[in-house]
Amino acid sequence: MRKYEKYIRYRTFPTPWCPGCGNGVIVRAIAISLAEMDIDPKDIVVCAGIGCSGRIPTFFNTNTLHTTHGRALTFATGIKLSRPDKTVIVISGDGDALAIGGNHLIHAARRNIGIKMILVNNGIYGMTGGQCSPLTPRRFYTETTPYGNIEPKFDVVDLLSASKASFVGRETVVRPKALEKIILKSFQHRGFSVVEVISNCHINLGRKNKLRDPIAISRWIKSKTVSQKQWESLSPEEKIGVYPTGIRNEENERMEYTDLYQKHIVPNAQAGLKKR
Amino acid sequence: MSKSQVLQGNAIVAKAALDAGCDFFAGYPITPSSEIAQIMSQRMPQMNRYFIQMEDEIASLGACIGASLAGRKAMTATSGPGFSLMQEHLGSACIGEIPLVIVNVMRGGPATGMPTKPSQADVMQARWGTHGDHPIIALTPATSEELYTETIRAFNLSEKYYNPVILLLDEVLAKAHEDFTVPDKSEIYLRKKERIKDLNMFDRKIGDNPHRVDFFRGYSIHMDGLEHDAHGWPTIDPATVDKMQTLRMQKIYHNLDDIVKFNTMEMEDADIMIFAFGISARAAMSAVEIARRQGIKAGLFQPLTLWPFPKVVLREKFFTRIKKLLTVELNMGQIKYEIERVARDDVEKKSLNRANGVPFTPFEILAKLKEF
Repeated sequence: MRKYEKYIRYRTFPTPWCPGCGNGVIVRAIAISLAEMDIDPKDIVVCAGIGCSGRIPTFFNTNTLHTTHGRALTFATGIKLSRPDKTVIVISGDGDALAIGGNHLIHAARRNIGIKMILVNNGIYGMTGGQCSPLTPRRFYTETTPYGNIEPKFDVVDLLSASKASFVGRETVVRPKALEKIILKSFQHRGFSVVEVISNCHINLGRKNKLRDPIAISRWIKSKTVSQKQWESLSPEEKIGVYPTGIRNEENERMEYTDLYQKHIVPNAQAGLKKR
Repeated sequence: MSKSQVLQGNAIVAKAALDAGCDFFAGYPITPSSEIAQIMSQRMPQMNRYFIQMEDEIASLGACIGASLAGRKAMTATSGPGFSLMQEHLGSACIGEIPLVIVNVMRGGPATGMPTKPSQADVMQARWGTHGDHPIIALTPATSEELYTETIRAFNLSEKYYNPVILLLDEVLAKAHEDFTVPDKSEIYLRKKERIKDLNMFDRKIGDNPHRVDFFRGYSIHMDGLEHDAHGWPTIDPATVDKMQTLRMQKIYHNLDDIVKFNTMEMEDADIMIFAFGISARAAMSAVEIARRQGIKAGLFQPLTLWPFPKVVLREKFFTRIKKLLTVELNMGQIKYEIERVARDDVEKKSLNRANGVPFTPFEILAKLKEF
């Protein structure tokens, strides 16, 4: 048995995902990172919202929670605040985290509560059959943009950096080794961390956009992402539509929310009590 | 016996929650319930408990569910618009069999309505607000002492039956400062913390409570908002779904004796029964007193448990004899349909309804009594 296998819940297999889906790569990367940190599975809770990514927790042999659409972060906030010593992981899709759950995302980032978030970006609502999401690229055809998408998409990393998330990074499922590395880094971070994982949905995103086979969509993902170093050498025109991978922000000085609660709120409240 | 003090309704609820062992509060400011959050923000950290102000009511109830799953006694407080936002998560707590308490201080609605005026118009929202069939308990205290005892009972019932419990107050009860004496020691029910043999957490006999464990109790459990089997795994198997739905509903309906509570006043020889709860019951109490002095044989049935509706006790103990019914509620007519359904056909039914933000006076109720 490999070290990471104790984090996998084999009895819930097979997965509900389409053949070639990137979610499998993400499950493995998370399990490997947890194994690397050697956390007791019983001290971990993995939460998710609704969608294809929402089914990811079921395959972890930890405590797992399948919540409502877009609100996984709120449940996780309750768990983390009341049990700060435990590891709380949230997995969320692009529609889940940025459309219906956008408010919770920016507030969790602002609060810097020690939740580890994996944001799976496949650019589409997959489970409902391929509707346009806030991360569907412009001009793409989907079930709800039959004439092409006219809305620009969010840059998740920019949005979260502006919301003061203390760890933000981006990686793709096309580079599994790099993905493991960045997820491990984000898990070791004490404050709120988000890794945007660009994943492939050749079935629902690819179908109408000439990216129907998994190899073609993987190549497309590769062509749209560059390393941080390459990104810096690009001219402003070349940067349009291309996204840098790697860690954008890593701020270790800012105190984590539950630490602050214990260090600032509780002693002040109790000192006040004595004064009275 | 502690000495009496003048305390606001919201403060009594907060005090009772703390005494019941509530150790997690997540909320969002909304008139007329904000004082509960304010008091909690001050008191919770003093007792090394947890308070957080969330970004909205959806998030507040989400955080409460998370905290409850992590083993805390969680509570949130809100009013009509916030309660509407919470409905999805209320369903989530019902299907997941998650104990928590929601205080809904009812105000004039719909929409922003009249934030500073009372109403009793969320009674049907409390029962049927979230989608799908679900079990629910809603309590309606009417006096300062009941605010305290019913808050404690809300926690006890939620912990015992693994279900969210809604405490329905109104703006007057919550905001008014009243004479209050802490009742003698209340019994506090603690969630069972025993070890379980297998992970068949939701399996049990009809009428029993689940033997669900919380997170971090030494197991790797799965909790799901999807319809699930005895293990918690998602399922759409019709037989399993049937069974799980029945188990969830019947844990409440098999234990009505324990859950249903009510007060009566002068009901022994009454001809007319007034059915009123919350602030309307307060006016009805005076109305009954005055009516009796004037020789009108009126009595009051005041439900403390509004949901599940006390229909068995009403049908078997009261409507065997009572021939006249007056329902008093601060809305355009909601609970009257429920009680009129329970009353026999030969009962003469009248009701007093309005939703303009002005509570009923005893004399308005008395005038209506005289119409019989």
